[in-house]
Amino acid sequence: MGKYVLRRFINYFILAFIATVTAYITSSSFMDPASRYRGQNPPLSEESIRSILNGHGTNPEVPVLERTWDWLTNIFLHGDFGTTVHNSPVLQEILVRAGVSLKLLLIGSIIGAILGVILGVWGAVRQYKASDQVVTYASYFIIATPTFVIGVILMIIATGFNNALGTTLIRFSGDYSANIDPGFIPWFTDQISHMLLPTLALVLMGAATYSRYQRSVMLDVLASDFIRTARSKGRTRKTALVKHGVRVALIPMSTYFAYAFGTLVAGSSMLEVVFSWNGMGQFTINSILQSDINAAAGSVLFVAVLTLMASTLSEVLYAALDPRVRI
Amino acid sequence: MTETLDIDLDPVAAAEPILEVRDLTVTFPNPKGDVRAVRGVNYEVRPGEFLGIVGESGSGKSVSSMAVMGLLPSTAQIAGSIRYRGQSLLDMSDHQMSKLRGREIAMVFQDPLSALTPVYTIGEQISEGLIIHDPSLSKEAANDRAIELLRIVGIPGAERRVRSYPHEFSGGMRQRAMIAIAIANDPDLIIADEPTTALDVTIQAQILDVLQKAREITGAAIVLITHDLGVVAGNADRIAVMYAGRLVETGGVEQVFHRPQMPYTTGLLRSVPNLATAGTQRLVPLEGKPPSLSNLAPGCPFAPRCPIAIDRCREVEPELIEHGITGVQAACHRADEIARGDLSATDIYPRPDPVATRVKDDAAPNILEVTGLQKHFPLLKGAVFKRQIGTVKAVDGIDLEIRAGQTLGLVGESGCGKSTTIGEVLEMVAPQKGRLVINGIDVADLNKRERLAMRRDVQVVFQDPMAAIDPRLPIGEVIAEPLTVHRVPAQERSDKVAEMLELVGLDAAMAERYPHEFSGGQRQRIGIARALVTNPKLLVLDEPVSALDVSVQAGVINLLEDLRDSLGLSYLFVAHDLAVVRQISDYVAVMYLGRIVEYGESDALYRQPRHPYTRALMSAIPVPDPEVERSRERVLLTGDLPSPTDEISGCNFRTRCPLFSLLPDGDRQQCLTDDPRPRPVEGGLVACHHSERITELDTAT
Repeated sequence: MGKYVLRRFINYFILAFIATVTAYITSSSFMDPASRYRGQNPPLSEESIRSILNGHGTNPEVPVLERTWDWLTNIFLHGDFGTTVHNSPVLQEILVRAGVSLKLLLIGSIIGAILGVILGVWGAVRQYKASDQVVTYASYFIIATPTFVIGVILMIIATGFNNALGTTLIRFSGDYSANIDPGFIPWFTDQISHMLLPTLALVLMGAATYSRYQRSVMLDVLASDFIRTARSKGRTRKTALVKHGVRVALIPMSTYFAYAFGTLVAGSSMLEVVFSWNGMGQFTINSILQSDINAAAGSVLFVAVLTLMASTLSEVLYAALDPRVRI
Repeated sequence: MTETLDIDLDPVAAAEPILEVRDLTVTFPNPKGDVRAVRGVNYEVRPGEFLGIVGESGSGKSVSSMAVMGLLPSTAQIAGSIRYRGQSLLDMSDHQMSKLRGREIAMVFQDPLSALTPVYTIGEQISEGLIIHDPSLSKEAANDRAIELLRIVGIPGAERRVRSYPHEFSGGMRQRAMIAIAIANDPDLIIADEPTTALDVTIQAQILDVLQKAREITGAAIVLITHDLGVVAGNADRIAVMYAGRLVETGGVEQVFHRPQMPYTTGLLRSVPNLATAGTQRLVPLEGKPPSLSNLAPGCPFAPRCPIAIDRCREVEPELIEHGITGVQAACHRADEIARGDLSATDIYPRPDPVATRVKDDAAPNILEVTGLQKHFPLLKGAVFKRQIGTVKAVDGIDLEIRAGQTLGLVGESGCGKSTTIGEVLEMVAPQKGRLVINGIDVADLNKRERLAMRRDVQVVFQDPMAAIDPRLPIGEVIAEPLTVHRVPAQERSDKVAEMLELVGLDAAMAERYPHEFSGGQRQRIGIARALVTNPKLLVLDEPVSALDVSVQAGVINLLEDLRDSLGLSYLFVAHDLAVVRQISDYVAVMYLGRIVEYGESDALYRQPRHPYTRALMSAIPVPDPEVERSRERVLLTGDLPSPTDEISGCNFRTRCPLFSLLPDGDRQQCLTDDPRPRPVEGGLVACHHSERITELDTAT
């Protein structure tokens, strides 16, 4: 088992390395970091632009491979991922913002997955009944709606809600308020009021897709012989479904979890922008908008590590759920 | 249809029935016409009785018993009455039924792999049934009881095995575990739905044994649902034959097997190849297919297939009543005539004559010659750095030969290497070891073009005609496909297809139709036509009838015999059904763990098997004759087929050998150390050191 895990990590290290280097090379080749400085007033001299770019290691006059090599040696020798266009170290930015993003991603994806599983099982058991149809159409509506539209719709609803209550119960700008009373309870309520909307949006997205998959897997399981066996032993339909059906139907979902995670990361990036959270999503989108090569490569590394962790988690889950693949 | 069936003459008849099924109908609503799966079924089961329900697939036999269990989907419309000890089961809620299921009425299902939940251990699944009905039982106590139950059903090392998952069990062991679950709460009625269909004959014999033992221990009545008349003959007290959703004949096994009154029963009994008589006479085919249950014509549903149908049969559906013989009821307008003896079985189903008279020519040239064929697979472990941890000896040095116009039957349990052998023959490349000569040419010498040309000479018919034919191609294209490979022009192809369809007994105009429009038997004929289209010399038949319903098997076997004799074909016939093999084969090779343990002329080998394994195989096969079955002495094999990766010193059969266990210690030594090579024994080849002492098995049992 230990050897297996070690091999996995070596594998992941290589994959993350390839993803990040590829990101660095492509963004170095296609982004034009100089354009950001040329339009400034008063105009900067070509000389000073060049020296700024050299400082970032993003001068297009230096060959891409040479820049990549420098970038890599800095990472491996000094643990330095370069600086952003705002002259702050990329690694430090990521460390600060990662917590903000993970808060949203973890809570959103876990609640979304659980809700999706429940809705999927419920829909499968009540196949073609009104409740199943409602869940099905609602899910497709959410899947078909762009993330930022969901975010904006939620904001409009929340505004109406706040107005009706006459107090700002739900906040949708930033991930915390600046001036709150000291102590745990004020902090906690503040967190909830900020997190509610973006988390809800992410949960809706996750639950919508998960529930579709869980429903189809569950329908397969419902027709299985072992459900019949469980009932022949004396289980009622309901307890046979819960004890034997759901348990087996969860197995393929653990694989799907890894796939869906990528979509959720993309979705949460949009949500961070919509709700003005200072997270990695916003960082990634800004790095692209500002032609910030170092920041873009750093963002890709962050996503790569997250995705690989999600896939490890899904494998561990699979082995835990299915005795047939245990080693 | 309200008459009750007072059938049995033995003591159990006196007791009150525990299960009474009256006018049971089950309909599945369907927009294209409701499927009337069960149409008025009446039967009863008395305490301790063994009832066999026989029927082909789609006859409603499983649906009617699922109705008893209350396990039909909610869409099914059920009418009539099912009473268990006087309580009406159809009026019960799922919750009330669940109190009965498992405690009073238990069930054993067909496929033990899918019938057990893959994520729980065997022990957990047995304990579950115990704890549901007795919540006061502690986990430890339930586990102890589970171990005890596993021991009862004959699982070695029960303490350890109770913690195994279903995938760690073999098919036979899983079925034993299923029986353990069924008997856990000491039920009064066990319904077994095709419990042995997915298993090898030797394992089937073991499982039937366990089922009988379970009946003795619990005193439960057993309803055994099966398509295998042999299984019923040897085990049941009473038989009920189902056809198109109705019971068509019921009675004591002896009476029904010896004097069937319903032509369908007669046809079934006559169409099954019998181990005792196979090969000496042609099989009697039961032509046609069961009617569609969604669109039944008036009259007797069997009338379109019945050779003695009269006008009345097509107008009025006959009722299930007695016809002069007490205890036997038949649903047939002409049953009176049959019961009186005016119409005998041979009148109803005369034995067809062979198309061509056959002369076995032992001087004919060899079509296939296999010498020392070996195929070992390395058993690897590890994903990145693979290392070999063993060898699977799938085929371990076998010799075979087939002469022109002759048939070699290759038999053995699953996992013995039959499929690997034919795979090697069909692949036509130089084997790992040994020689493969087809039509006088060593395949090792072939180049790519010559090999393609040779593929015309060797064709194959697969087991499952449903899966082996592309459902999206019209059958004309399916049959012509081998010709396309060999670049035959289109016109010639369609002529050939028409010719082939006629040859296998189908209409040439059917070439445009798609596979789903054909029945299983017809599809297998299509498979045979596809194989014959290149004018091959050798046909490899891989279990060609085992996926077919019993009533159509005979027709396909007769067709194969006729084609062989009229076209001068040679067959390599692979099957696990020894009776079918005897029917068609000139020579038989019995395989065990990659070796041929006995090889010889079919008649001699079946009359006097010389290897203990052959003996055991033959005695495991149920014969559809209650008298023979009851007087027969069985040589039961213990345990499962060992894994082909196991290293067994000496004779690889000794771990299960019934003769080995009888031998005195001194004589065992040879079996332990020397690997027996095939040696001539009375005209055949036998790989056993003690073949001459085979008769000791007869006196021992």
